[in-house]
Amino acid sequence: MKGRAFWASIVAVLVAGLVLTGVVSNEYYFNALYVILQGAIMAVAWNVLGGFTGYVNFGSAGFFAVGAYTSIALGKAFGPSLPLPVMIAVAALVCGLIGLGLGYLTLRLKGVYFSIATLAMAIVFETLMNNWSYVGGARGAYILTPDSHLWFNSYIEMLFMVMLLLTLGSVVVSRALNASRLGRGLAAIRDDEVAAECAGVPTLRLKLISATVMGAMMGVAGAPYPYFVTFVDPASAFSLFVAVNAIAMPMIGGTAHWIGPVIGALLVGTAQQVITVTVSSELNVLVVGVMLVLFITLAPQGIVGLAQKYLARRAR
Amino acid sequence: MWSVDLFANAIVAGLLLGGFYAAVSIGLAIAFGQLDIVNIAHPAFVIVGSYTAYIINRHFGLDPVLIGILFTPVFFLVGAAIYRVYYVAFERTGQESLSGLAFFFGLMFIIEVLLIMAYGVDYRLVSAGYIGRTINIGFVGIPFRMLVPFAVAAALTVGVYLYLSRTFTGRAILAVAQDRLALQLMGADPVKIKQFAFGLAIATTAIAGSLLIIIGPVEPSVGRQYIGRVFAIVVLGGMGSIPGMAIAALILGVVETLVGTFMGPSWSPAVSFGVLLLTLALRPSGLFGRK
Amino acid sequence: MTAPVLRVDNVTKRFGGFLALQNVELHVNAGERLGLIGPNGSGKTTLINCISGALFNDEGSIVFEGHDITRMPAHRRARLGVARSFQIPKPFRSMSVLENLRIPLEYAAWSRAEHRRITDEAMDVLKQIGLEQRAHDNSAGLTQVDMRKLELARALAAKPRLLVSDEAMAGLSSSEVDEILEILLALNRRGVAVIMIEHIMRAVMRFSERVVVLDAGQKIAEGTPAEIVRNPQVERAYLGE
Repeated sequence: MKGRAFWASIVAVLVAGLVLTGVVSNEYYFNALYVILQGAIMAVAWNVLGGFTGYVNFGSAGFFAVGAYTSIALGKAFGPSLPLPVMIAVAALVCGLIGLGLGYLTLRLKGVYFSIATLAMAIVFETLMNNWSYVGGARGAYILTPDSHLWFNSYIEMLFMVMLLLTLGSVVVSRALNASRLGRGLAAIRDDEVAAECAGVPTLRLKLISATVMGAMMGVAGAPYPYFVTFVDPASAFSLFVAVNAIAMPMIGGTAHWIGPVIGALLVGTAQQVITVTVSSELNVLVVGVMLVLFITLAPQGIVGLAQKYLARRAR
Repeated sequence: MWSVDLFANAIVAGLLLGGFYAAVSIGLAIAFGQLDIVNIAHPAFVIVGSYTAYIINRHFGLDPVLIGILFTPVFFLVGAAIYRVYYVAFERTGQESLSGLAFFFGLMFIIEVLLIMAYGVDYRLVSAGYIGRTINIGFVGIPFRMLVPFAVAAALTVGVYLYLSRTFTGRAILAVAQDRLALQLMGADPVKIKQFAFGLAIATTAIAGSLLIIIGPVEPSVGRQYIGRVFAIVVLGGMGSIPGMAIAALILGVVETLVGTFMGPSWSPAVSFGVLLLTLALRPSGLFGRK
Repeated sequence: MTAPVLRVDNVTKRFGGFLALQNVELHVNAGERLGLIGPNGSGKTTLINCISGALFNDEGSIVFEGHDITRMPAHRRARLGVARSFQIPKPFRSMSVLENLRIPLEYAAWSRAEHRRITDEAMDVLKQIGLEQRAHDNSAGLTQVDMRKLELARALAAKPRLLVSDEAMAGLSSSEVDEILEILLALNRRGVAVIMIEHIMRAVMRFSERVVVLDAGQKIAEGTPAEIVRNPQVERAYLGE
């Protein structure tokens, strides 16, 4: 998407979001949109490493939950008056460092070991949270909704706008990465890491940068979560559902292009909201698993790939 | 809180548990260690084995170990079919790394959710004559529900090891990891060999699953705890080494039990993954790894 | 006598118990054309993997233009001016031919680039190689000979002072071999030292100023093409006892 069209769209979406908060009063919609946007940030973040370099992160829930628990810990330490942006920033820092550390340990090995290590990381952190009574341990923590919600009609409307801003921010970062010299280096790594290294690409350094950015973004997605759900326990924060969505959405949308995860998140996220309401939430979870397997087996380039093939055929 | 008999009991319990872990891991030692197939859904298949044992045991009263053995052909065929899909969709096009991983991840997820939808999240048990009885040797107690799985696991591990090193097909499986070309020149089709090997790997989960549900109650998410364990064991043991895997399994069983006994059971899940991360950081080729 | 652009001293490489390279010594002078030959399995590819940084040798040292690159990662060697082409072409399959060249231009050659528009520089390289017609084609769909040319183009785009060409001509027709040979000679005329690994003897003999022969991980002969052809040890290595 060319520069001007892109920025125009960003502004348009932002304005649309603001209008929505003024016009719609049924809180249900903001709840649903929050979840979809959260999925979008996670999907975009996952793709920064997974789609751009080909290294699969199975422990997305780990980064997400650490972001959430960072908020909880900060809230307990400094009181609920600590502004949300501060919590988001700290969560980004903490999770970015975890991504860097994990990457440093394992990105020099084959991709498989990195993937398993991400799963390991998620379980280790889940165990740590289960044993850390300061943030509630296994029994969980209750979070009080702060009084202030700026000029919005309700707290959830403000949270929705926060998420919208964060989502747009992560899309901007992802697109900048994709189209930059850095992004081209990442694509070379994905296509052929050995050839990239011999062409002068500092593969380890670029992979570490990707892992750090991915970790930070996922932490950012998790930071407002405690204020959204008001009750957080390790089982729900570290849920496998978050991890699967983080993989399924970009793979269904298409991993090669920055817009793929966004499309995937909108599609899958909306479908999930509809199914939860009309059928059941377990079926929901089954559907995303089946969609993931079907797409990677039959259409590995995702929706973006299918669209590209369709356009190429029509051009002929 | 330290005492000799607590320690001794923990060691023995750890060894018994470790033996069982070998049964769970041997399928992955074949799939991942020999064939480089990252079957992250392996523990999910073990849970399916557990539920199979539960259902048949409840309706027909058969001994769980017997059920496991009876169902190996079924699981074998399932494994072979899954490999076929995996090969056509990913291995042939060289996509194993990203898409293959995600494929098994999705599969694991689907299995777990289907089990939840069919049987709910309640814990399931099996009944057998020996569950509940214990042998006492001095101050060490050995419960039968640990001893029987240990014995069966040992037999399974030795059996698979002998099969792989003594029979033609077994050695072809070992060879396909090292030298596909030589294998083809010998007239064996590498794809068929891998299909057979993967079927074998999944067949072991039928038995491992029945052992699991003898040791303790099972519910669908239990599989996830085992992901870390099986990968830690296979990586620590060294890719491609069955004896290494067995030793690593024993080590993990003992360490986990010691941590659980002296630090509390809520720390146990972290042990296997901690071991895995350490191994990857310090000695990625494991104890007995090839190359 | 200026110092050689590449000095390989006493390089040894083991794979487990297998000794792939044993005390190999060679040097390449600035702008020289060196042929590296030997029977299959003699260690040629292992040696150039050690030179380019895809592998690290266990013993010995490798010095490039005065820098000790023995433990340097491959990307830093590329930035210093060591380039290689791969025996089996490894294009960046999601990219076009032109985009393939951006990578070495933006990375390996970054400090040496004139910072004109990168696409112009890439097109220049393609013109030298003869691939400018295919600039916007996807690299995965090229013919064999064009893929080999792309490999060389990528190595060229890194603005190297030493190029290792690993069997760039294997399996090509006679006229295609001549095309590749011309490209390498033209490259050398611009001052790039070239190590050529080939099995096609007429190409090696025509191209090289000096030839090094490896057998079973050791250097067994070194000299002009004419001397090598007459060397009985070389004959034995290729034809057996």
